[in-house]
Amino acid sequence: MSEMIREDGRKFNELRPIKIEAGVLERADGSAYLEVGGNKILVAVYGPRESYIRRLLEPNSGVIRCRYNMAPFSVDDRKRPGPDRRSSEISKITADALRPALMLENYPRSMIDIFIEVIEAEGGTRCAGITAASVALVDAGVPMKDIVVGCAAGKVNDEIVLDLSEYEDKEGQADVPIAMMPRTGEITLLQSDGDLTEEEFAKAIDLAMEGCLQVSELQKEALMKRYSTE
Amino acid sequence: MDIVPEITKQSITNLVKNDKREDGRELTEYRDISIETNVISKAEGSARVKIGGTQVIVGIKPQLGSPFPDTPDLGVLMTNCEMLPMADPTFEPGPPSEDSIELARVVDRGIRESELVELDKLCVEEGKHVWMLFIDLHIIDNCGNLFDACELAVMAALKTTKLPVASIVDEEVVLSEDETFDLPINNELALCTFVKIGDKMVIDPTLSEERVASARLNVGVTKDGHICSMQKGGKEPLTKDEILYCVNTAVGKVKELIEYL
Amino acid sequence: MIYVENKDLVIPGQILADDEYYSGRGTFKDNGKVCSSLMGLVSLRNKKIRVIPLKSKYVPKKGDVVIGKINDVRFSMWDVDINSPYSGILPAFEVFGREKKELNKVFDVGDVLFLRVVDVDEIKKAKLGLKGRGMGKFKGGIIVDIAPTKVPRLIGKKGSMINMIKDKTNCKIVVGQNGLVWVKGDEDMEQLTKNIIHLIEAEAHTSGLTNKIKNKLYLAIDGELPPEEVSEEEEEFVLEKPKLQNFKEELEQEEREAEEKEAAESPEAEDADEAAEVEETEEDNAEKDEKPNIAEVIEELRKKNKNKDNTISLGDNSNNSLILNNK
Repeated sequence: MSEMIREDGRKFNELRPIKIEAGVLERADGSAYLEVGGNKILVAVYGPRESYIRRLLEPNSGVIRCRYNMAPFSVDDRKRPGPDRRSSEISKITADALRPALMLENYPRSMIDIFIEVIEAEGGTRCAGITAASVALVDAGVPMKDIVVGCAAGKVNDEIVLDLSEYEDKEGQADVPIAMMPRTGEITLLQSDGDLTEEEFAKAIDLAMEGCLQVSELQKEALMKRYSTE
Repeated sequence: MDIVPEITKQSITNLVKNDKREDGRELTEYRDISIETNVISKAEGSARVKIGGTQVIVGIKPQLGSPFPDTPDLGVLMTNCEMLPMADPTFEPGPPSEDSIELARVVDRGIRESELVELDKLCVEEGKHVWMLFIDLHIIDNCGNLFDACELAVMAALKTTKLPVASIVDEEVVLSEDETFDLPINNELALCTFVKIGDKMVIDPTLSEERVASARLNVGVTKDGHICSMQKGGKEPLTKDEILYCVNTAVGKVKELIEYL
Repeated sequence: MIYVENKDLVIPGQILADDEYYSGRGTFKDNGKVCSSLMGLVSLRNKKIRVIPLKSKYVPKKGDVVIGKINDVRFSMWDVDINSPYSGILPAFEVFGREKKELNKVFDVGDVLFLRVVDVDEIKKAKLGLKGRGMGKFKGGIIVDIAPTKVPRLIGKKGSMINMIKDKTNCKIVVGQNGLVWVKGDEDMEQLTKNIIHLIEAEAHTSGLTNKIKNKLYLAIDGELPPEEVSEEEEEFVLEKPKLQNFKEELEQEEREAEEKEAAESPEAEDADEAAEVEETEEDNAEKDEKPNIAEVIEELRKKNKNKDNTISLGDNSNNSLILNNK
């Protein structure tokens, strides 16, 4: 593969430009802002806090609640406000992707809320949401085993490529978003959507994991920058 | 619900009594204001406004639709506001609350009643096709005075909104791929919000000032000094003198606010 | 093998050291490595690594002094918001004993109190009490809210920071371990103190802070810088070589004195701020892991025992766990 140039001029293993900033909101306990390609994602974390929704709480551990939401103006055709089936699913898998890293046993019967707002969408918002949510969780001071990071690989024009843009997602043959804990390499989110051979899938997951490691460095930089003196 | 500590009520009230505020401002002084426009490339108009720590984003999306039967040749404005749970620990996910609907309607009233958007120019084919503008407000950080921030954001976004040129070909609406026109705007306005603390009116309240206030007054004024919308909120009444004071102050302040646009 | 230095800023998941190091608060062991679970500053003593978080919610601990707000009045107790994921309760008998009184005539919704955490149950609900000097309802003043992890910095080494602020602004200041601070004084000074406290919070992880704050205070109040520069501050960032012996002696000393204290309880009241602050000092040193020489330690203990009442348990002092681990 290798020499193929993509629709936006990227190499097969090249990420879109990324910008991450930690601690962008006043009220939230932790927050982060992330841009990747044309995506603009804002995440706020509240908690651990008391919750009056008792049935959601657990006696021996804190719980997380995640809400992924797209702004009506984030897509070409205005989206009706409020949750739909897609955003409900993404909320669930995002919570599942983040949970393995969280150490909530010191906060029994408490709740952590993660609010992911897609201000503008351009393909790959779920991975971007997870990446930004992790940074916001660290910013909130939630104890974690690792900083979960998300990235996708996929198949476009029969080639396995990293970090699909909106155009590639629409025109491509497959999309494999993953999230992982970079220290151990364990995978906490995996979806696959489209047609892949076994070999192609193996390639895609390797490439996505490589992408995750690159994004992970940017997460760390963003956190360090927030507290660097000056 | 979040209970305000008794001593906080006292200290804020005492400060205001002495014409002082917890952040060192004067009673008629705004916090720092910043406005950025075209922040969402997928929206035809957009803005992000910060007043102090308060932060709102607005996106404007046009859609072709049918006009209302009583105004067959006028475009349609729809203002919607989401008080996102990210903005404040007391905001809950779910359908818009009463507060959020009031906020959207007060902001909408200013735009609508000042008639600053030339709705007749948003008509593509009378009785059949007009532009509907969806104005979606996203509250992302609530540090008080959402009203003024939202109105400024909507005003800034409207001023930078561009619509595709539409024409009728064989009784079908055809949108131009590359030709756009600026949303026709013939005026500007801003909202000034006051709250009553003790027996004084304070402009641009912070969150804690809002929480100890007994009443609220929003005054919408156009660039040329006309009052186009007002709303009184809060538990306690206001006197006529207090209201007139606010109107008078607002007429002067709005000029300052419009400078930011 | 250790991969970080003392006071390094680290993030969750970061590998700090190999197996031969002990995993303290804010860290965990995984696959033979000590890793950080928080964003914070490394604190290294002997072979024990801890991470002091930059931000964290207050979790109630027996013996802590906190500032709380009455959220509800119930049949035989008050519900108290203690700025934590866990609310507190103040049972009526902690206040009245066996006497029957109308609760809301004593403390009503919105009142702010200085309280002690008497007990914490298995689901972390805190039982609160008012036994101690200066405990009870605040009248007047303002409440300043900071991250609970920044409390030690606000107190400063042996109270150096807080005392400087008090002296210069003439405000009374009470610090709760839950990150709420009560300030009372001249109206303008209250506001100045609030701003100074927020500044300390924002720059808690930087060095040279005491001097910086001192300059700010003098500039704001006198319009000019303090007469001479004091350079003790940097000391706070130099950690002395660990002296395990000292800690043992210190612990024994502390236990002895506590026992003596228990025997002769002294009921007289003192300023609330004194009580709060001295304990914070202790917490401060524990947090910073920097133990000065033994003479200072003893001096401090003497002072501490003179001022505080005996409900503070020795068990929550992190020094203990260190010693146990190293035995």
